[in-house]
Amino acid sequence: MAPAAPPTSALSLRNVVALSGRFPLLAGVDLEVAVGETVLVEGPNGAGKTSLLRVAAGLVPVASGRLAVLGLDPERYRTTVRRRVGLLAHASHLYDDLTVRENIRFAVRAAGADTGRIDGACERLGLVGRLLRTPAAKLSAGQRRRVALAVLVARAPELWLLDEPHAGLDAAARRLLNELIAEANAAGATVVVASHEPELVADLATRSITVVGGRVTAERSTGDGRPAGDTAVRSTGDGDGDGGPDTVALRAAPVPRPDGGIAHVA
Amino acid sequence: MWRDTVLVAGKDLRIEIRSRVALSQVVPFGVVALALFAFALGPDRAPMAKAAPGLFWVAVLFTTVLAVQRSVSVESSDGARDGLRLSGLDPAGQFLGKLLSVAAQLLALEAVLAVGVVLLFGTRIEAWWLIVASCLLGTLGLAAAGVLYGALSAGLRVKETILPFLLLPVVTPVLLAGTRIWQAALAGGTPSYGSPWFHLLIAFDAVYLALGVVVYGPIQESA
Amino acid sequence: MTTTVPVTAAEPAATPAALLPPGLVQSRRMVWTTRIIGMAAAVTVALTVWLGLWVTPPDKVQGDLVRLVYLHPGVAWVALYLAFGLAAVASLLYLWPRTRSLFWDRLAAAAVEVGVVFNVCTLISGSIWGRPTWGVWWAWDARLTLTAVLLILFLGYLTLRRVPAEPDVRAKRCAYAALFAAVDVPLVHFSVVWWKTLHQGATVLNANLSPEIHGSMAWTLLLGFVALTLVFVWMLLVRYRIGALEDHLGSGELEVALLERRNEGAEAAR
Repeated sequence: MAPAAPPTSALSLRNVVALSGRFPLLAGVDLEVAVGETVLVEGPNGAGKTSLLRVAAGLVPVASGRLAVLGLDPERYRTTVRRRVGLLAHASHLYDDLTVRENIRFAVRAAGADTGRIDGACERLGLVGRLLRTPAAKLSAGQRRRVALAVLVARAPELWLLDEPHAGLDAAARRLLNELIAEANAAGATVVVASHEPELVADLATRSITVVGGRVTAERSTGDGRPAGDTAVRSTGDGDGDGGPDTVALRAAPVPRPDGGIAHVA
Repeated sequence: MWRDTVLVAGKDLRIEIRSRVALSQVVPFGVVALALFAFALGPDRAPMAKAAPGLFWVAVLFTTVLAVQRSVSVESSDGARDGLRLSGLDPAGQFLGKLLSVAAQLLALEAVLAVGVVLLFGTRIEAWWLIVASCLLGTLGLAAAGVLYGALSAGLRVKETILPFLLLPVVTPVLLAGTRIWQAALAGGTPSYGSPWFHLLIAFDAVYLALGVVVYGPIQESA
Repeated sequence: MTTTVPVTAAEPAATPAALLPPGLVQSRRMVWTTRIIGMAAAVTVALTVWLGLWVTPPDKVQGDLVRLVYLHPGVAWVALYLAFGLAAVASLLYLWPRTRSLFWDRLAAAAVEVGVVFNVCTLISGSIWGRPTWGVWWAWDARLTLTAVLLILFLGYLTLRRVPAEPDVRAKRCAYAALFAAVDVPLVHFSVVWWKTLHQGATVLNANLSPEIHGSMAWTLLLGFVALTLVFVWMLLVRYRIGALEDHLGSGELEVALLERRNEGAEAAR
């Protein structure tokens, strides 16, 4: 059984390296996410945003470094951690032959969550009437995303990991998604969102990190008015010990030095 | 674990009821195999009657491969395999759930094939209890080993071709025991529950059930 | 004024020397041990051949055909117990978390490969012996069937090993397969033992525990076992080293890959 004390840290990575074969998905990530935060993960394609979320969800094993999800080691307390974490991935994990309602029921019951919230979640996401009885194979991509979201809402996990959730959704659905994120936040859940379009989530997120080349290369706290351009830093985790992001404002852009270091030229 | 077993078995069976793949493809395959054996052995009834037990079990074995492949491919839709891992379902429960689902399909198949054997090969079945017991125990073992190997080969691109090669040799004891028991049954044998062949089946079942419950989780994680 | 922020752990690429495997595989002791065992194997095999083909007398009943006894039971024993037994134990040790190490995986793989070779030799030598003696190249009796099933089971293992995957994933998967196959062996053994058997009873370890083979033939038989065991050990060592070298080459690539990945970050930050 897992220890019962409520966690203060939702996600804690220290120099985590994760591999897919020989390829390092994550090449040494340091990250601290406190409970209740909403964190935005940005970065170019192939940077490791999806891998970061998958590692946090426990799908990809950690090759080296330390990982704690909700204060627990996801490899020792596998079942416990997975039931308290919800991942919204590119794939929707639906069974083609089952109806929407059956899929949601199965996913919610599998996670050991209360089935009473299912109806409410379905209504919230506009999954009503005939749609509920449609086999998953016949859904459009946007509808599948809604179903996966409904599962997430019904399960109400403590940690939400959303991988480019706005992709494929129409404007109304995007607004709804933002509302759901805000509600989850208000309910005390921690939300980590990876997105190519940060402006969609910018006002919801308390913090934004940038992942490049399998590492966290920049962090800034949003919502205090600083524009993104000139506050790039190299993140080394919770260096100033205040539990929040380490932001050190530098006035100039970083320039790589020939021996591999990076010089900030004033 | 049992709750998860029921959940997964229910899910698999519901998918089966919806898609009717077992009914329309898996079971007919077994029947076709049996019919092919009948053609191969020629019109003379005597060799067919003698070979009937072995052919029955060979047909069941081949069909097991198909049933297991189907069970594995259910999870390949839309990343459902990841979904199962993420769901926090007890892996032992997942193993048993899938096992129950595969076993149910195999038992349905065996009922049909038993009828087919009587019709096509003209055999007369005397000791029903031997037949039923061997089918139940044999199916349990086949399903256990099958689901295990299915999980082992699930992540592989070559899974369709490697699964039969891996699974069939391993379930040889079930083939041997099942055939011997059927032969005894067709010869009007007495129910000798002390028979070594039943011991073999029980040992096989026990080992692969225990193995499955323990290693199914780690196999899933490493795929 | 410049403030340097060092890029953590972005060392220059490992030198070629660092890619050489350490310890067990390349140590001089290991190389020499392997060579010595190889030479001992060659010597004992040569001795067995000389004794077996020229010095020992032919059998009253089987004539010169009996000389196969110096080969056939030996290869069978090596394959069944030495090779596959070792593979099963090594696979278990790999799966057990406390002793998990790719060493066991490589050892198991090497043992299975060599074991398969010996298994094939068993079947062929047995077949050659059987044709004049029983009149058939093959018969479905207990021993033969068991040996054939064993071969197929471990061929399955080797096939699984060829499927491309990360070393840890492949190791785990193959260890499970070896475990399932090993569990199956006694089960198949029980079932085929109840068949009528054409095979003669055990020559040395039979019920009476008094060997039915005497004199120079007995000694040659023993020498044959020793020789084949040495051959097995030598082949195992060589195969293991090849596997270790392959793996080490691969892990050198990992260092390079990590470096390149991190440099992605450095470049993008420019």
